[in-house]
Amino acid sequence: MSGTFLGMPAFPRAAAESTGDARLRANLRHATRTIRDKRARAVAELPDWQRLRAAGAAVKDRTLRHLDHYLEQLERAVTEAGGTVHWAADAAEANRIVTGLVLATGEREAVKVKSMATQETGLNAALEKAGIRAYETDLAELIVQLGDDLPSHILVPAIHRNRGEIRDIFRERMGQWGRPAPDGLTDRPAELAEAARLHLREKFLRARVAISGANFMVAETGTLVVVESEGNGRMCLTLPETLISVVGIEKVVPTWQDLEIFLQLLPRSSTAERMNPYTSMWTGTTDGDGPRDFHLVLLDNGRTDALADAVGRQALRCIRCSACLNVCPVYERAGGHAYGSAYPGPIGAILTPQLRGVTSPLDASLPYASSLCGACYDVCPVAINIPEVLVHLRERVVEGGEVTVRGTRTRIRPARGHAAERAAMRAAGWAFGHPRLLRAGQRLAGRARRLQPRRLPLPGPGRAWSATRDLPPLPAEPFRDWWQRTRGDRQAPEGRADRADRAGPEEERERGESP
Amino acid sequence: MTGADSRSVVLARIRRALHGEGGGPPEGPAPARDYLPAHTAEDDPAALADLLAENLADYRALVHRCTADGLPGLVARLLTARGARTVLAPPGVPGDWLAAATAAGITRVPAPGALTARELDAVDSVLTGCALAIAETGTLVLDGSPDQGLRRFTLVPDHHICVVRLPEQVVASVPRALPRLDPARPQTWISGPSATSDIELDRVEGVHGPRTLEVVLLGGAAPPG
Repeated sequence: MSGTFLGMPAFPRAAAESTGDARLRANLRHATRTIRDKRARAVAELPDWQRLRAAGAAVKDRTLRHLDHYLEQLERAVTEAGGTVHWAADAAEANRIVTGLVLATGEREAVKVKSMATQETGLNAALEKAGIRAYETDLAELIVQLGDDLPSHILVPAIHRNRGEIRDIFRERMGQWGRPAPDGLTDRPAELAEAARLHLREKFLRARVAISGANFMVAETGTLVVVESEGNGRMCLTLPETLISVVGIEKVVPTWQDLEIFLQLLPRSSTAERMNPYTSMWTGTTDGDGPRDFHLVLLDNGRTDALADAVGRQALRCIRCSACLNVCPVYERAGGHAYGSAYPGPIGAILTPQLRGVTSPLDASLPYASSLCGACYDVCPVAINIPEVLVHLRERVVEGGEVTVRGTRTRIRPARGHAAERAAMRAAGWAFGHPRLLRAGQRLAGRARRLQPRRLPLPGPGRAWSATRDLPPLPAEPFRDWWQRTRGDRQAPEGRADRADRAGPEEERERGESP
Repeated sequence: MTGADSRSVVLARIRRALHGEGGGPPEGPAPARDYLPAHTAEDDPAALADLLAENLADYRALVHRCTADGLPGLVARLLTARGARTVLAPPGVPGDWLAAATAAGITRVPAPGALTARELDAVDSVLTGCALAIAETGTLVLDGSPDQGLRRFTLVPDHHICVVRLPEQVVASVPRALPRLDPARPQTWISGPSATSDIELDRVEGVHGPRTLEVVLLGGAAPPG
């Protein structure tokens, strides 16, 4: 991978550019809508979906609360089964460990199964520096790698490319990486898949080192699970002599039986299938079948910082299905690159700022990359309340406060650029705490509504907010006055009800609340 | 920072993060498993076999049914129809499954365990049994038993014929499958031929694994016709 997310602009700037790209928007609209309806049908087949979802969340939460215990159990089981376990506190250390392991084999190339963890650590660039060529073998990752591009979706990293663009990339670039695209390649998906099969087969057959991630790790047995569709995963997991798996520490589940929950939740949420075509499970090494050497690299890289946040921690339940991306109105319009991270979309907006912190302008902008519509929460197979975490992280950005950074508790200062928001929220909080004054202000505004401008002409940094939003029209009568007058009866003529009777309890309640 | 140091660093971070609310071995009851053990009636083997066949076909596997007597003839017909000249069958596959095929001039590859990946790539077809099949999801599970062999056998050749014994190898659901499987054995769960959704999130069959998956449901009720 030559692309990098480093130094990307904050979300609003990146999104302002990407939303103007008509082709990108058409590609995303087409792909996300296709999968949205299919997912809904696959989920509707299981009448106990909500119970599975609750069980998935509960198992993950409990595992996280005892993560130290389960990781040590996993380490023992993997070691007993013939594997070697390594621990990486951060991305640089993970990359160093993997590079060292590859160099030790004497090989200078490796085949890779699509892995979010190694996207996150930027492993391919680190390998390249050490003179090791990593070949991505997932079709979409191959498209991204050949196109010198960045991934934009968790499941389908090349979702921003349509079939015509993919054909062009294959025609122009495959030859530089190995077997060229067949002559006369068209944009039919079956032909494009065939071109990838031919191009990669040569690499699979000669590969001696493979690098993967994993979807799940079973603590009690030491079993790793990789869920895939194409068979490139099976090729990498079984043909080479050395297998190196880089896996986030939150991917552990306690028992073999727990897989019954996640193997039902994941395929239906991600590719909308009853079951994905191939699932590989292996426990250490097996004589004569598969790699002789198996290394597991357990990756922290900010996960323990997220764990320290009782609200934000639920992001670590994520099983990387990408259902939240596919339903998100912001993702559909802005595209994945605007999120500036291996994890785009709603889950990225809560995961990235926790893994990397909110000190850079990009990371501080991510919790705002949402309309808080909640569609992501509805479809999440492990019930991550993404809107709740977004609001929580917005508060952190605006107010600052205590966070954990690389294991150390520290206070961060309020982000710059949110002073106007803080002042507005403080004023609103004061007004809502003084209902009588609020009512007087609302009545006054109602009477003066003819003078209302279409937009709020805020000066300075506030303009960024006001310039893109029309003010809602002021009503002639505040809601509370209307309610007291009519009790919600739309037919009630003005002034019908007894005024003294209505005002009584309300005034009393207000007095009771006021300090 | 070395790997050994990082182990204690990461574990210490976890314990600090969980300060006062967890860490260490779990106490108290495990989370409730109040979801369904299966989504279909389990007391009717014929209906389970039908559901398995339907779901396999839905993901473009080719499904055949036969009795034990009819199996050698069916296998020979499937191989001949593909134009296969060589077939790999792991050592545990009964010789009679391939009796008609070898009589028709198709060669059973000797000592398949010694083949390199490149040699495997030259094999036309592979014939195996399975550990079990899951009806609800249309899934075959292979666990490396003698009639299934090494994982690469069913990966590199482009044509896989898998025999499922009815009714004893069919379970209704994923929760019914896991207790019957040994996690110490390397497993491959197969649901249809290899596929991809990577182009516009639309499913296309046939990438790196066998592009043709044929499933033979063996025994049970007499095949129709």
